[in-house]
Parts: sequence; C-alpha cells; structure tokens
Amino acid sequence: MIVFDNVTKYYDDKVAVEDLSMIIEDGEFVFLVGKSGAGKSTCIKLLLKEIEADEGTILVDEREVTGMPKRLVPKHRRKIGIVFQNFRLLPKKTVYENIAFAMNIVYASRRKIKPSVQEVLKLVGLEDKEKMYPDQLSEGEQQRVAIARAIVNKPTLLIADEPTGNLDPDTAWGIMELLQKINDAGTTIVMVTHAKDIVDRMEKRVIVIDDGIIVRDSKKGAYTEDEEI
Amino acid sequence: MKRFSYALKQAFSQIHRNRNMSTASILAITAMLAILGIFFILMVNVNMMTANVEEQFDCVEIYLTDSMTEADGAALTEQIGGLPDVASAIYLSKADALEVMKTRWGDNAYLLDGLVSNPFPATIEVKATDIEKEAAMVEAIKTIENPGIEEIKYYQEEIDKIIKISEYIETGAIILIVVLILISMLVVSNTIKITVHAREDEILIMKYVGATNWFVRAPFLIEGIVIGFIASVLSTAIVGFAYYKCIDFFTPKFLAFFNSGLVPLEFIIYNLAIIFAALGICIGALGSILSMRKFLSA
Ligand SMILES: Nc1ncnc2c1ncn2[C@@H]1O[C@H](COP(=O)(O)OP(=O)(O)OP(=O)(O)O)[C@@H](O)[C@H]1O
Ligand SMILES: [Mg+2]
Repeated sequence: MIVFDNVTKYYDDKVAVEDLSMIIEDGEFVFLVGKSGAGKSTCIKLLLKEIEADEGTILVDEREVTGMPKRLVPKHRRKIGIVFQNFRLLPKKTVYENIAFAMNIVYASRRKIKPSVQEVLKLVGLEDKEKMYPDQLSEGEQQRVAIARAIVNKPTLLIADEPTGNLDPDTAWGIMELLQKINDAGTTIVMVTHAKDIVDRMEKRVIVIDDGIIVRDSKKGAYTEDEEI
Repeated sequence: MKRFSYALKQAFSQIHRNRNMSTASILAITAMLAILGIFFILMVNVNMMTANVEEQFDCVEIYLTDSMTEADGAALTEQIGGLPDVASAIYLSKADALEVMKTRWGDNAYLLDGLVSNPFPATIEVKATDIEKEAAMVEAIKTIENPGIEEIKYYQEEIDKIIKISEYIETGAIILIVVLILISMLVVSNTIKITVHAREDEILIMKYVGATNWFVRAPFLIEGIVIGFIASVLSTAIVGFAYYKCIDFFTPKFLAFFNSGLVPLEFIIYNLAIIFAALGICIGALGSILSMRKFLSA
C-alpha cells in the first residue's frame, strides 16, 4: 500500500507537488496522468526517495519513506521495480546480463540467478533473445527487457514512467498486455502516461494531477473527464 | 565472501576495460613512489651517517708521531687523563688503530687487507666530561708541549655542520614525500573518475534497483587499491635494483670519506616494500573514495 499524506515538494521557491494526498492499495493498477510539468515524475521520485518531501508523509507498505534513514533506502528500493521511457539498458551487456545485474545487487548466487532470469524472460516473451545486445532488439523488445529487469527481484510495486512514450501503438499495446499480466500476478502498478487511448481502453483507476494538485481520481476512469462513464 | 568476490571480479574487469588509463596511472604512481623511495634512501643514509659520525667523532683524537715509543705514549695519555674536564683518555697503538678501523668497516674490512704498511698513527682518544666543555679541554691539551703530538683532531664543528645539513635534507625529503603522495592520489582519483564516468548509467540503474553505496563503491575501491599495489611492487623492484647497483658503486667511496658504507640492501628493500605497499594501497583507496564522493552523495 502506498500512502501520500499532504505531501508538498518545492524546487527552490517553485512548488512542484502541493498538499497531495492519495492511497493506492495492494494489487491496484493506477494511471497517473496530467500535463507536462504537472508533477507526476516528482511524485515518483518522492516515492523512490530520490528527492525529499518538504512537508507531509509518504508510506510504502506501512513503512515511512519520508524521514527514512539513508542506509535503509537501498532496501526500500528493492521493493520497487522501475521502468523508464528510455529503457536505460546497458548497451555493452547482453539481455541476460542486463537482467542478472539487478540480482547481483542482492548478492544472489549464480544458481539462483539463472532460473529467475529465464523465468522473467519467458514472462516478457524473450526467452530466445537472452544472448543478444540491446541494439539488436526492437524498441518494444528493449522495453520488455527493462520490465524483466524491474521485476526479476519480485518487487511488490512496479512503477513505470511513460513506458510506452517511445513506442508505436501496436508495440505499446504489447507492453500494456505485459503489465496487465504482471498486475494479475499481484504486483501493484503505477504508470505515468500521456497516452489517451491506452488509458481509455484499459479502464483502470486514473489519478489526474495538475500543477501539483490532484484534480480528479476516478475508478475505471478515462483520460479526460467528459468521457467518463 | 560472495560480496568480496563479486567486487573483485568487477574491479579487474574495470581495470581491463580501462587498461590504457590503468597502465598510465600505475606507471605514474610507480614513478612517484620511486622518487619517493630515492628520498627515503637518501634520508636513511644521511641519518645513519650522521649517527655514525656522531658516535665515531664525539671524541678528540690526538695523533702521535711514529717515532714516539709506546711507553712515552702511555705516559702522555696519563698526563692528559689528569687534565680538568677530561672524562677518559685511551691510548691506541698503531696496531690497535688498524684493528679499530677494521671493525668500523665491518663487512668491507677486507679492503684494508691489501695495505702494505699500516697507515694509521698511534692515537690518544680523549673524551670530555661534557660535549660543551670539549673546546676548553682542547685548549688545555694544546698547552702540553710534547714533540710526539703530530696533530689534534677536533671535529665538533664538522659534526654540527653535518647534523645541520642532515636536518635540511630530512625536512626537504619529508615535504617532497608529502607532495608526491598528494599528486599520486590525484592521479588515481582521476583514473577512477574516468571508470566511474564510463559506468555512470550502470551506477544509476544499480541505485534504482536498490544497490547500497558500498556495493557500488567496492569495485572502484578495489580498482584503486590494485593499481596502487601493482605500482608499489614495481617501484620496490626498480628502486631495490637501482640501490643494489648504487651500493656496488658508492660503498668504496663512502668508506673512504665517512668511514662507513651505505645502509644494507636488505634493510632498504624490506622497508621500502612495506612503505610502498602501505602507501600504494592508501593512495589507491583514498584516490578512489575521493573520486566517488560527489557521485554517491546524490
Ligand atoms: N530538479 C528540478 N529542479 C527544479 N525544478 C524541477 C526539477 N524537476 C522538476 N522540476 C519542475 O517541477 C515541476 C514538475 O515536474 P515533473 O518532472 O514532476 O513533471 P511531470 O509531470 O513529470 O512532467 P512530464 O509529463 O513532462 O514528464 C515542473 O515545473 C518542473 O519544471
Ligand atoms: Mg515526467
């Protein structure tokens, strides 16, 4: 469970997130939408404790993230998988190594890494590409590798910041199906997106942020309010 | 153990991937350590020489003519022993003097075996009750008008000068050593910075998936330590070999001037190996921590 309780974040004097409160339950699939500069990425950075909130409290699985001592941050991040718009794969590592690398961080043994990596590769549908390098893959495939890396340590929460931003509609749909599959397996998903058709078709909870404030929060929502059923 | 072997593997693959830069910094640090070693050797030798000189020449030597009999010499010694401020006066015959020289030269005494005749004069060694009173004592000895006295050797001024010079050399060497250490640290930190930079994306992702700072830092730390350690081994070999050659070359000259050889090779190599390894490892570790500090605080 994620709780934002009256969270405010300033960049210098400018407020990026203002008095924001929301609760996301375990197993939910939530779209975070809003204009550019609305404060969506800021929310995610706060959640990862990349930046500190100026006011308010953030909880993840009943653990307070705000005010968490620095040494606990790595452990906190291991509970969260993260996927970016630009994939962020390591070009000199193979698909397999890109994923295994996330497991090295928890000092998993090679015996444990291999089956885990193969399992997630199968889940994302790339079991035959493990020896390839990122530049030998299509963009959609690269994003699948990034997702595989994000979930290989079995996080309870997967955050995706515009994961389909660089992809054509068909490929984007493939990614959405994959995220749905991961969500079905029990992982909470928070996805930031500008893709109206995806939000409209998925019919998930939609949280709309504008100028750092939540302006709408609807279950089974659509991208724009007037299309709401 | 698993943690360490992972970091070690990473470190070596980094060094390999970045081998030109690694080699360059190994060579740079080797050069620094070698120069540092030269100053160390200089310091140790100057120190030993000063100590030797102090020990050997803290007495006044009265050389006697070869025509003086041993009985006369003994009588003169007794007379001098009775003067004020004199702590002790010892008579050394020509044969005794040669023997003393032989023990002073130690391992190199064989050089004296080739002498045709004994060149050392019979000597009276006089010690003052106090170093400060030596000058007054010498004045008193000079008033004894004995034709058997060839020369009175009084070294105080020379000793003072040598001590002064050795102090200058020591201070200079220490300053230079500190400067060299700082430069070496900068060199390592620059090299590591380049590796860190090359792996910036990787580190960023590592931090996103929950790597601790130590997980990220360890390979770079080991990289720095390995670079420092290799440099220390190289510089020990180079300086050790150079010193070995120097001993061959300089020992006879030093014996002639200072009555003592150079500090023995084993002592130098043993100490240099320890000092270089410690320095190399510290330089490497600190250099890499320095280069990562800004990066990991984010
Ligand atoms: N490091 C920063 N320093 C100063 N201002 C920042 C910083 N990061 C973000 N901002 C500002 O904070 C506001 C919110 O930014 P944020 O990145 O959260 O927007 P966003 O909703 O993710 O936008 P987009 O859809 O374009 O990604 C913006 O006005 C932005 O200019
Ligand atoms: Mg953003």
